[in-house]
Amino acid sequence: MTWTQPFAADSFPSGSGAFPHKHLLGIAGLQKWEILYILKEAEQWVALNRSGPAKHDGRLSGLTIINAFFENSTRTLLSFEIAGKRLGADVVNMHAAQSSVKKGETLIDTAMTLNAMRADAIVIRHGSSGAVQLISSKVDCPVINAGDGSHEHPTQALLDSLTIMRRKGRVEGQTVVICGDVLHSRVARSNLFCLKTLGAEVRVVAPPALMPSGIEAFGAQTFTNFDAALNGADVVMMLRLQNERMQGDFIPSPREYFHLYGLDERRLALAKPHALVMHPGPMNRGVEIASNIADDVERSAITEQVEMGVAVRMACLDILTRKARGQEGWS
Amino acid sequence: MIGISILNGHAILPGADKAEPLHLHIENGKIASVGKAAPIADQLDASDLIIAPGIIDLGVFKTDKPAFRFGGITRAALMPDQSPVHDDPATVRFAALKGKPDLWVHPLASATQGLNGLHMAEIALMKEAGAVGVATGRKWIADSGILLRIMRYCHALDLPVFVHSEDAGLSGNAVATAGETATLLGLSSASPITEALAIARDLLLAEESCAHVHFRQVTTERGLDLIRAGKAKGLRITCGITPGHLFLSDNAVSDFRTFAHLSPPLRSESDRLACIAAVADGTIDVIASGHDPRGPEDKRLPYSESAPGMAGAETLLALSLNLVRDNVISTGRLFELLASNPANILGLNAGQILEGYEADLILIDPDAPWQVDGDRMAALAGNTPFDRLPVQGRVRHMLKGGKVI
Repeated sequence: MTWTQPFAADSFPSGSGAFPHKHLLGIAGLQKWEILYILKEAEQWVALNRSGPAKHDGRLSGLTIINAFFENSTRTLLSFEIAGKRLGADVVNMHAAQSSVKKGETLIDTAMTLNAMRADAIVIRHGSSGAVQLISSKVDCPVINAGDGSHEHPTQALLDSLTIMRRKGRVEGQTVVICGDVLHSRVARSNLFCLKTLGAEVRVVAPPALMPSGIEAFGAQTFTNFDAALNGADVVMMLRLQNERMQGDFIPSPREYFHLYGLDERRLALAKPHALVMHPGPMNRGVEIASNIADDVERSAITEQVEMGVAVRMACLDILTRKARGQEGWS
Repeated sequence: MIGISILNGHAILPGADKAEPLHLHIENGKIASVGKAAPIADQLDASDLIIAPGIIDLGVFKTDKPAFRFGGITRAALMPDQSPVHDDPATVRFAALKGKPDLWVHPLASATQGLNGLHMAEIALMKEAGAVGVATGRKWIADSGILLRIMRYCHALDLPVFVHSEDAGLSGNAVATAGETATLLGLSSASPITEALAIARDLLLAEESCAHVHFRQVTTERGLDLIRAGKAKGLRITCGITPGHLFLSDNAVSDFRTFAHLSPPLRSESDRLACIAAVADGTIDVIASGHDPRGPEDKRLPYSESAPGMAGAETLLALSLNLVRDNVISTGRLFELLASNPANILGLNAGQILEGYEADLILIDPDAPWQVDGDRMAALAGNTPFDRLPVQGRVRHMLKGGKVI
């Protein structure tokens, strides 16, 4: 599938006008063209990543990127690490489990410490909503939010939109169903803001206890019945049940959850014939999604999402460090 | 003892809407006469100033004299949420003496041991040590049985019971009120009915026990409707609010502003307007500061990890005067909310300008403009959600027990 969205050079403001932000903390508040600019920039990195064994571009050579992960992560951390390394940066990973956070250091002190080490960009994941914004206010370099609590996970939304664009040609006008634990999901929030800004129709589906109050205000149509929401869907985006964020009973059992909100063949047949299936990972097979759906390369874009993730993160690292690297027009 | 005369001011007398031009004479720490011109030794010129009863701040979390002096607070009811918890006579007695002579602290005793909500504390002994009421603290007591027994006991001892109105089961680990702001920020939130649910139960317990129950903060329309109905029924109940809930709604939390993290959390704009209406119609009896100064170690944290509370003593008067300027209530009514009602709830002969009463007075320039500045506050910490707000109304002089301080 090819892009139907035009990306002529003159369709974006020149220089830093294309993305006039120091940090990437969330999708909320970004302009449509700012999102599209990142996606356009990511295209070149998709091409590079597919170009063979020597997937390397040295533009971030000599820069230090710290991946500060206060919450466990495998794919996002790996994705950011690979993204930084493919661009030639020195990438250092800090895991909370090994850090002085466990010794009682406050988040601000940790931020000051990272800042004193003169990182050129810091990528942060944290279990508390707003924690990344708090750190960004205390450091000099650009900060990328790799997921904060139930707030935002902007690069996930960007990679999801890039995946939809490449598979469907455009995001605008697509009917996207987001199903699962919307209440606790930063992926759902970022995707809702991103997809709405790009002009998609967004339906969110969740058990009543996992539907955030007032989400309609952000342009989502809400459903508690998954079958009803699937009618006419172009994209079905499944969310992971976030057991670690749940206090008390939100659902009776995984079995009952799958019965009502799991994506299987019968349900997928309710969507449009070539509807795309997505999942941010890690998947709980048999809880949110049936294995045969997840593994169907025709329908499922799950591995492609992972691939787009590296490209989108390379684009973000490149764009946000342009000022420090003295790139023309980005001072 | 030397006397003092306050001349040329306008004094707020009990029952009056507006301040009237009057002279006050003070002898032996008490208000000796009101109105008659008979200068004694010292004179205090109160031209262009309003003479009001000193504010009695019903429910503070810290004894913070500089902030209270700035805010015109001459007496404060101290919540038992201290370290250690005020749940025994010794800590209560110490707290009662701490502010004297220029500030009188009236301790509220913890209803349960260590504020655990399970086992009754030595309420009668704490009363003898100076406690003027009993409080559940920042938390709701989930066990209806123990709370009913506490209310009955307090009724027998003639002590008011201060309750916190948030059903803990429904509020869970919520740090915000369910709504657009909480959803946008991804903050754990609870429906505002968590308050009405708690009030509904406690009204039944108040009726059953005949105790005087003071709902320290009522912040939602549904909660206020219940209070209104309870009062119409003749229950012995009162309720209060802080300027935070009167002048801010939940969108003040945007950008994860932890200074706007309050307990109960800030509500929707429609609930806020219902609170203003409840001040106007007399449902709300008390405006207090909820003074809870918190330094960076409690506030410079991710939102859900930050401690709730605001430093409110300095801004209580100036913000409350907005209610007079906006024609919600009269000046006279405002000082019922700030002084005489709190005194009545605590059973104190104070809070009014009456002959024979303790001369706890503040001389106010109600129009003096100033700007709230969290970096330069008198309080122990500058955690105010009203930072940079231009306000009007300054305390020019303060007298505690007839002594200018």
